[in-house]
Amino acid sequence: MELTVDNVTHSLDVEPDMPLLWVLRDELGLTGVKYGCGIAQCGACTVQIDGVAVRSCQTLAGDVWGPVTTIHGLGTPDALHAVQAAWVEHQVAQCGYCQSGQIVQAAAFLAQTPDPSDDQIDDALSGNLCRCGTYPRLRAAVKSAAANLREASQ
Amino acid sequence: MSRAGKIARRSFLIGSAAIAGGVAFGVVMYNRPHRNPLLDTMAKDEAALTPYVLITPQGTTLITPRADLGQGAYHLQAALIAEELDVSLDQVTVDPGPPSPAYYNTALSGDAVPFAATDDSWMAETTRAVMDAPMKFMGIQITGGSTTVPDAWDKLRHAGAVARETLKAAAAAQTGHKARDLRTEEGAVILPDGTRLPYTDMVDAVAQTDPVTDVTLRDPSQWRLIGHDMQRLDMVAKSTGTQEYGIDVTLDGLLHAAVRTNPRQGGGMRSFDAAKAETMRGVHKVVALPGGVGVLADNTWRAMQAVNAIQIEWDEADLYPAEMADHWAILSDSFNDAARDSRFRDDGDVEAALTSTDIVQAEYRAPYLAHAPLEPVNATVLVNDARVDVWTGTQIPRFVQNNVANITGHDAQDVHVHAQMIGGSFGHRLEDTVVRHAAKLALAVKGTPVKLTLSREEDMMHDYPRQIAMAQGRGAVADGQVKALDLGIAMPSVLTSQLGRQGLPAAGPDLQIVAGAWDQPFAIPDYRVTGYRAQGLAPVSSWRSVGASTNGFFHDGLLDELIHAAGADPLQERLRLCNHASSRKVLEAVGEMANWGSPLSEGQGRGVAYSLSFGVPCAEVVDVTDTPDGIRIDKVFVAAEVGRVVDPVNFENQVQGGVIWGLGHAILSEITYAQGRAEQDNFDSFPFLRLYQCPEISVRGLENSDSVRGVGEPPVPPAAPALANAIFAATGQRLREMPFHKHIDFV
Repeated sequence: MELTVDNVTHSLDVEPDMPLLWVLRDELGLTGVKYGCGIAQCGACTVQIDGVAVRSCQTLAGDVWGPVTTIHGLGTPDALHAVQAAWVEHQVAQCGYCQSGQIVQAAAFLAQTPDPSDDQIDDALSGNLCRCGTYPRLRAAVKSAAANLREASQ
Repeated sequence: MSRAGKIARRSFLIGSAAIAGGVAFGVVMYNRPHRNPLLDTMAKDEAALTPYVLITPQGTTLITPRADLGQGAYHLQAALIAEELDVSLDQVTVDPGPPSPAYYNTALSGDAVPFAATDDSWMAETTRAVMDAPMKFMGIQITGGSTTVPDAWDKLRHAGAVARETLKAAAAAQTGHKARDLRTEEGAVILPDGTRLPYTDMVDAVAQTDPVTDVTLRDPSQWRLIGHDMQRLDMVAKSTGTQEYGIDVTLDGLLHAAVRTNPRQGGGMRSFDAAKAETMRGVHKVVALPGGVGVLADNTWRAMQAVNAIQIEWDEADLYPAEMADHWAILSDSFNDAARDSRFRDDGDVEAALTSTDIVQAEYRAPYLAHAPLEPVNATVLVNDARVDVWTGTQIPRFVQNNVANITGHDAQDVHVHAQMIGGSFGHRLEDTVVRHAAKLALAVKGTPVKLTLSREEDMMHDYPRQIAMAQGRGAVADGQVKALDLGIAMPSVLTSQLGRQGLPAAGPDLQIVAGAWDQPFAIPDYRVTGYRAQGLAPVSSWRSVGASTNGFFHDGLLDELIHAAGADPLQERLRLCNHASSRKVLEAVGEMANWGSPLSEGQGRGVAYSLSFGVPCAEVVDVTDTPDGIRIDKVFVAAEVGRVVDPVNFENQVQGGVIWGLGHAILSEITYAQGRAEQDNFDSFPFLRLYQCPEISVRGLENSDSVRGVGEPPVPPAAPALANAIFAATGQRLREMPFHKHIDFV
């Protein structure tokens, strides 16, 4: 099958029922996408398909309907996405393991909701679990990213 | 008193050693046979050196040996060295150690010292532990993150200062200037005329210079880094998916592994049928393990699919009761003299004070809890004839090294543990079962690296959880004051369980059974805390704040009940009873932050709790509202006394995380056993606090004490009682059992 991931198209020989997560991690080496629970409860594996945030652990490779964007495609250390830049500025991470998923989720959310209320932020990111408890800084970073994105689009 | 005084004599000496291609600065342990049996074989004047600073022409490396679990340990350790060494953190490499093979085995030039990480050697530590200092040893090993800063505080700054002064001395010898006329800045010695001599150009000169060990640590007024907001080194990597964790290790020819072991802890396996699994795509090999089976495949998912396709007949297991009712029965039956483990607190005459019928009585309960860091535990092992390589995130590298050596039949020195960044631990990485499984799997395919990743289910069901615990409390009040408090606590011994898995005995009382209770600084006239050791329960392990995670709730909850029975103000009565100056300041600070005593709206409640753990007094105030949808946590205020806040940003992040850890589990989480199996195996059945449930958390670090402390664990114990006390204030309902959601609804 063919999958387009982070703007690169790959021809892959994998079972259609292999979760996208394991295609990305073990077949394509995109290890920034994290395995946390395998049942769409933690959000560490979140990627975007056609701009929509999905749990790659519960998305089968054969069901991928559009181009995939992972944390690696969102931005890089030398060219941070606005959400990543806000995460660095607010020093959100502790162990950091959930943050790829948090950031990809937040980026998809802010693309749809550029001026979110506090409740909307809570709703959009409550599916992403953080065991370290980075929630207060994460909230601040989302607001900061939203403001920066709005400014950039004006 | 200045904390920066000259360090003339210490239990450690900082020295330097020339090594091939560079120079290293670190802790020198001279031969002191009575202190360190492992060094007995060393000749007189030989020394072993554990490096903290390594300078080669290619660059400067700071060695940060304590594991990073997300608490920022690498960053904090590097900052302490850099403060004195005068380098910026963006111009150095940070290596976690233990010393990497790149220089671990490098022959030393001339008559330089042997070069090995022996000052904290596994054998020396464990021998000392068994012989005469079990608590000291366990304090180092178990408390993990909370000891990183106190342990490193002097040692790493001193290492940086010795390196700096030795570099200056070398520059002085080279240029003819006096060392006192030289200064250092941004990784270079600066001559009086402004010429910069980069450290990396001075390796040869330093190698011929005696180390300058009589150094003065900088006065706090000169600090560039400590006490200032710092940018943590790992933030960019962790925000871009480029931080590599153990689970991300990739090697040529790597096989991915999955295992299934008896869902009843400690149970064996009678037989298995892997006929189907062996034919599944990508499967390379099926390997029997103690109590289970593993599959090696070309992809993690294929390995997990195949291992789940194996038919297994499990053996019975009888380490602990199959059903929870019997766990609780063991605990409630443990409050007797035969099971008594300690009574370190016995002030006044509690029995006499509690003879009247007008006493407060309460029973408290806390469940087993999983550690469940978000990165499932994993290990990559490569076994060759001459050596074994292990890539894993661990808090106990020496144990891992020895345990793997025993499995593979190598000498421990031939087992090389490559420390990996850890995606959360909370005590989980103090265990090494996953590494032992991985070593056995890798031994079955020598020459091929094997990465074992536990599924979330396998990880959670086989976690050695936080101890279950029960407390029986009594107390008396008179004249508006708390007069007597008697607390008995029953739990399994975490120390015995955990050391037992490493084959080590644990003699004497287990302080963790009463930690966070017997040691609280309150002058209650009749005051007693008794620990009871419950036997025959599930194996348990250290969980963020260990004994205090349950005992803080028991002790402060009972105290709050007594204060309310006395009709006293919860904050004022704690202050009246508190006989420890810096703890009083913590209570006063949190009262000021929360505007204690200010009026609350209808349905609101405010609770305070205090707990001293890991040497850190910590007080928290929680504000809640009783809404039609349930209890909502509005705000939390935290004050903690740590002596020095090294990095205010990281400090706040750690404290907020500790509060969320304490609150989330208190409200939502438990591990229960049915038919001997953990009933919770993933985050659907073991929920935790989500963003929408997270309150505002205001943090203040106090610096009144001379002892510098870590703050990874201390914010946890007061969180649950502060919440329970706030809910009582709001609703009149007293919560004595965690998780609270069993008794009251939350938003």
